[in-house]
Amino acid sequence: MELLAIFISAILINNFVLHYFLGICPFLGVSKKLDSAISMGLAVTFVMTITAVVSWIINHWILLPYKLEYLQIVSFILVIASLVQLVEMFIRKTSPPLYQALGIFLPLITTNCAIMGLALLAALKNYNFMETVVFGVGSGLGFTLAIVLMAGIREQLDLADVPEPLKGAGIALIVAGIMALGFFGFSGMIK
Amino acid sequence: MASKTLSQEFIKGLWDENPIFRQLLGMCPTLAVTNAVINGIAMGLATTFVLVFSSIVVASIKKLIPNQVRIASYIVVIATFVTMADRFLAAFFPPISKSLGPYVPLIVVNCIILGRQEAFSSKNSVGRSFIDALGMSLGFIIALLILSSIREILGAGTWLGHQVLGPWFKPWIIMILPPGAFLTLGVLLGLIMVIDRKLQRSV
Repeated sequence: MELLAIFISAILINNFVLHYFLGICPFLGVSKKLDSAISMGLAVTFVMTITAVVSWIINHWILLPYKLEYLQIVSFILVIASLVQLVEMFIRKTSPPLYQALGIFLPLITTNCAIMGLALLAALKNYNFMETVVFGVGSGLGFTLAIVLMAGIREQLDLADVPEPLKGAGIALIVAGIMALGFFGFSGMIK
Repeated sequence: MASKTLSQEFIKGLWDENPIFRQLLGMCPTLAVTNAVINGIAMGLATTFVLVFSSIVVASIKKLIPNQVRIASYIVVIATFVTMADRFLAAFFPPISKSLGPYVPLIVVNCIILGRQEAFSSKNSVGRSFIDALGMSLGFIIALLILSSIREILGAGTWLGHQVLGPWFKPWIIMILPPGAFLTLGVLLGLIMVIDRKLQRSV
């Protein structure tokens, strides 16, 4: 039950993009086409799940026992950077179709603050192992949901008559604001 | 780029290449911490510290770093200064550190900082990189100040904790909640475009 609450809240209520403002760069950059948005979402979900597992292990088996918490930032970012590289090589070898689908989105993920944010938030909230994994999957799906919805709206927006100065990033941010407003409706769901 | 004078190098960060309004970099901290002016200032200063010192270090060791591992090296340099800023805030300003939460450690993935190292410090002298970093940080602080002022005044009727709007004012709670951040920045970007076009026409 606890796990289900974490899962639902990570997707809908504390959505990474619309509540924590994490991963705004890909959210605005890769949301122009629906299919690339889906690929990006899947790639992020995938890396987030693995990051959640690995960062938990590092935090609880190495950093905390030896009182090295101040190395959290450095070690997390290095782990994420090398992990993304590793995942990329692994996928290229084992599953070429998946590699084709994710393509250039994998390396981009290194600089995605959502991944780093996930590692830090999970450490901050003191989740145990299972909770961290569920939090990772949920947050990834939440990101996917937000970016896919955004891409759908933006494809329609191309046909709309937007005031000249607001074209591009301006209108995208306003749409995101209205979406965040909509997601606010979920906030009473879980106490 | 080398033909620019030092003062031009400084000023470009304020308007022409303002990191937030023009380059759309570093959006996550911008949107997340601007619900109160004090948080915006703290975030701006912490980012300034990290950006200035990383630029100096990167510019001085740029010849020693092999090209293939440069991004990783920059990240380690940046992460070192972010850790220092994080510990400093936690030790001397616990309430601010608490309200900024994970966003101080997240400076490490702020694209402004890595972007400046890659685009500027790795190609220019120490002095020039220092000036560039100062200008960019000032542009970042100004943007954060504008955004957080609008949000705090409309969302709570206060500025830096002081009451500025009379008791008749009903705070628009939405402005200090996440949707307010997106809406304010979106409208601001539009305004900046309008002002810029006016300026260009008059030149």
